[in-house]
Amino acid sequence: MNTLSDAVPDAIPQARVSAAAPTAPVRPLYWSLRRELWESRSLYIAPLVVAGLILFGFFVGVAHITGEVNRIQIDPDKRGAVTAIPYAMAAIAIMVTGFVVAAFYCLGALHNERRDRSILFWKSMPVSDLKTVLVKVSVPLLIVPAILFVVIFAVQLVMLAVSAMVLLPSGVRFATLWTQWPIFRMSVVLAYGLITEALWFAPVWGWLLMVSAWARRAPFLWAVLPPIGVCIIEMFAFGTGHFAHFLGQRLTGGADAAFSDTGPHQMIVDLAQIDLARFVASLDMWGGLVVGAGFLAAAVWLRRTRDPV
Amino acid sequence: MACIEARGLRKSYGATVALDGVDLTVQEGRILGLIGPNGAGKSTALNAILGLTPFQGQLKVLGLDPWRQRDELMRDVCFIADVAVLPRWMKVTQSLDYVAGVHPRFDRAKAEAFLAKTSIKSASRIRELSKGMVAQLHLALVMAIDARLLVLDEPTLGLDLLYRKSFYDTLLNDYFDHSRTIVVTTHQVEEIQHILTDVVFIDGGRIVLNRSMDEFETRYAEVMVRPEDLAAARALGPIHERAVFGRSILLFDGVDHGKLAAFGEVRTPSIADVFVALIGGAHAQGVAA
Repeated sequence: MNTLSDAVPDAIPQARVSAAAPTAPVRPLYWSLRRELWESRSLYIAPLVVAGLILFGFFVGVAHITGEVNRIQIDPDKRGAVTAIPYAMAAIAIMVTGFVVAAFYCLGALHNERRDRSILFWKSMPVSDLKTVLVKVSVPLLIVPAILFVVIFAVQLVMLAVSAMVLLPSGVRFATLWTQWPIFRMSVVLAYGLITEALWFAPVWGWLLMVSAWARRAPFLWAVLPPIGVCIIEMFAFGTGHFAHFLGQRLTGGADAAFSDTGPHQMIVDLAQIDLARFVASLDMWGGLVVGAGFLAAAVWLRRTRDPV
Repeated sequence: MACIEARGLRKSYGATVALDGVDLTVQEGRILGLIGPNGAGKSTALNAILGLTPFQGQLKVLGLDPWRQRDELMRDVCFIADVAVLPRWMKVTQSLDYVAGVHPRFDRAKAEAFLAKTSIKSASRIRELSKGMVAQLHLALVMAIDARLLVLDEPTLGLDLLYRKSFYDTLLNDYFDHSRTIVVTTHQVEEIQHILTDVVFIDGGRIVLNRSMDEFETRYAEVMVRPEDLAAARALGPIHERAVFGRSILLFDGVDHGKLAAFGEVRTPSIADVFVALIGGAHAQGVAA
């Protein structure tokens, strides 16, 4: 039997050198964010796929109607207005896709790492639970809106170029297209809309992350069934639908809180509709942020104390 | 300074007591083997040391409270808490990028040099690697971190013999340097006996034995006794007796090796044999693996 003294060489020069090496500069937040995007590629792939489908549909549609446009006598000034609809539709479709993917991202963000036990690896790194959760919530709050902005802007630009190629030969002036669809002014509306919507959903992101950190299995059901249960109980017990109304308001009311003149069928296309004062003064928005922060605090605590599943 | 200092460490899950007043001091530069049957409290003890679980009693790791000061502690402590916990979706290069990006004491060149000696391709995803390769990758990442305390909880479970052997050889030759401390638990006790400086037996949440390996080797001795000497040998009070090929092997605690030499060749027993003698047959399967 050998003892330690003969098993372990006394000097291991390499290890000594590294022990004296200075510490390297690190950017834990940046690399934690990179790691989220490595894992959840659907955050940008899904909006890109939808963008691709929309552009494909738009090309086909444009090719189809080119002949019609030339035959039907429309006031050239109105043709631009007709073409405005696909831009808004494209923006909405991509936005909905992005936020739905963000919701599923949140549901998995603190659950998957416990299910595959990789949390034991993440926790061996000097990145605190607070930092981890903040990085994860920054994905729906900042990263997804940024991705959506770039994708929607690019799609609208391509659509504008295609419309111009199709409509200009039929007598529509480019200036008309431009004034009917002012893409750069619209991009301000888009950016504002994305940011306010992401903030408006803050309690939703917080709730999903908290459930993700808490549920041992089926986080989707745990996230969805309790609110539905509350609605049903309220309906049977009191015959009212306040909670359902409240939930509906939270899921669809973001635009109302951030823009003025938003009728049921009114599209948001104009800078004049931006109403920052209303948004900042919205108690619902601030209340949502506070509730969202509460859910996040719970998620941090749960990540700290829950065992892998 | 003591690397780990525990006084009356307790932890219970509901009615189950996982740690029942553990006192333990681990000095810097030691390699401690924490040995115990399943459910003895090994993992709970390690989780407490790593700040993964709250506890009662006093516990300082590198002078810090691991639960309250975990974020600070993790700069100087690294651990492999289980085999194959590296995220399966990650690429090998991404794992290097990530650790280099978040850990101030990570030496990327060192990790890459280690990986170059394996058959792991840097473009592979971790899910494409065998279990043994994942363990190699994890070891490469961890060894390139200049940590003061490394905790290994069953780091080689389920790996084949070759991977297990190279794992511990690498750890000893390329990593350990007397200023670091390593705490390791494993069921394959024989394989790590030669690298340990200290051994602790834990059973039912309590420490049953706590010795340096030097003490272990002077205290415990086993002799294969000829049948005609058996009665005389038994008179010296062996703590355990087992039969191999019809001959009796007697295990002694604190009996002068000179006296024992009269009965046959005196050897240092394996940790597993002493474990069985002290903790008993009921738990024997726990370490027999």
